[in-house]
Amino acid sequence: MNSSVLSTFGAWLPHVQLAHFLIISAALFALGVYAIATRRNAIMVLMGLELVLNAANINFIAFTRYGGANLDGQVAAIFVIILAAAEAAVALAIVLNIYHRFQTVNVDEISSMKE
Amino acid sequence: METFDIIFYLFALITVGSACIVVFSKNIVYAAFSLLFTFFGVAGLYVLLQADFLAVTQVLVYVGGILTLLLFGVMLTNKVISVDMKTGTLHAVPAMILAAVVFGSLAGLFYATWSGVTAPASSIISTARPIGEMLMTGYALPFEVASVILLVAMIGAAFMARRPKKL
Repeated sequence: MNSSVLSTFGAWLPHVQLAHFLIISAALFALGVYAIATRRNAIMVLMGLELVLNAANINFIAFTRYGGANLDGQVAAIFVIILAAAEAAVALAIVLNIYHRFQTVNVDEISSMKE
Repeated sequence: METFDIIFYLFALITVGSACIVVFSKNIVYAAFSLLFTFFGVAGLYVLLQADFLAVTQVLVYVGGILTLLLFGVMLTNKVISVDMKTGTLHAVPAMILAAVVFGSLAGLFYATWSGVTAPASSIISTARPIGEMLMTGYALPFEVASVILLVAMIGAAFMARRPKKL
């Protein structure tokens, strides 16, 4: 790409700042909330949950880069990733149990605690 | 308009576009594979934010672990014979309004509060060593608690997911 094309794009795409990363994370968060609220399949709900956790992590790391002199935010992001892994394992075990019991994983059809 | 900006917009497009496919796709297998691209896009954003250790951890844990678990879940909980991999949605319109309100308020708040903040000159070359030192000093207790949580989750998941004995 030559410089004239770049300057044309640069006219309506501003330089990347902190707010850009935050708006990306807000978009991921809203999409995750939408998935959690609407999808019937329990595994799709888990995918929405992962989107929300990723949005939170982007915020942590963006503020670490743009905000301060230390790496506390990145350590917090590591703990979020650890908890996401534990959550995914336990939640999928629960979903498998639900499937064995009810023969479905649609969250709107699972309305009784015991048969 | 620099190279950094171009790469940022590319990764942002990949991330948000594939997240839209995850959320709006009817086919759950398509959604799971789009989630792969979302995770890779987020890892690219981490690299742009100079979090190299976090980017590698994101690829290892999310793509290598969580996404594989989700795919196992998809494959184990759908009847392969019925070829019904599609999933429906419930009350989509109120949720759409809710998500739009959440995104609008969050983005407006972020833009109003943090616009114009540019990156300070970075002095950190690699983040793996300082993160390791922080985990072993100031964050030693949360680190140990996280390890116990992982152990408990592993035992619990293995206990719950095994086949029940015949009574």
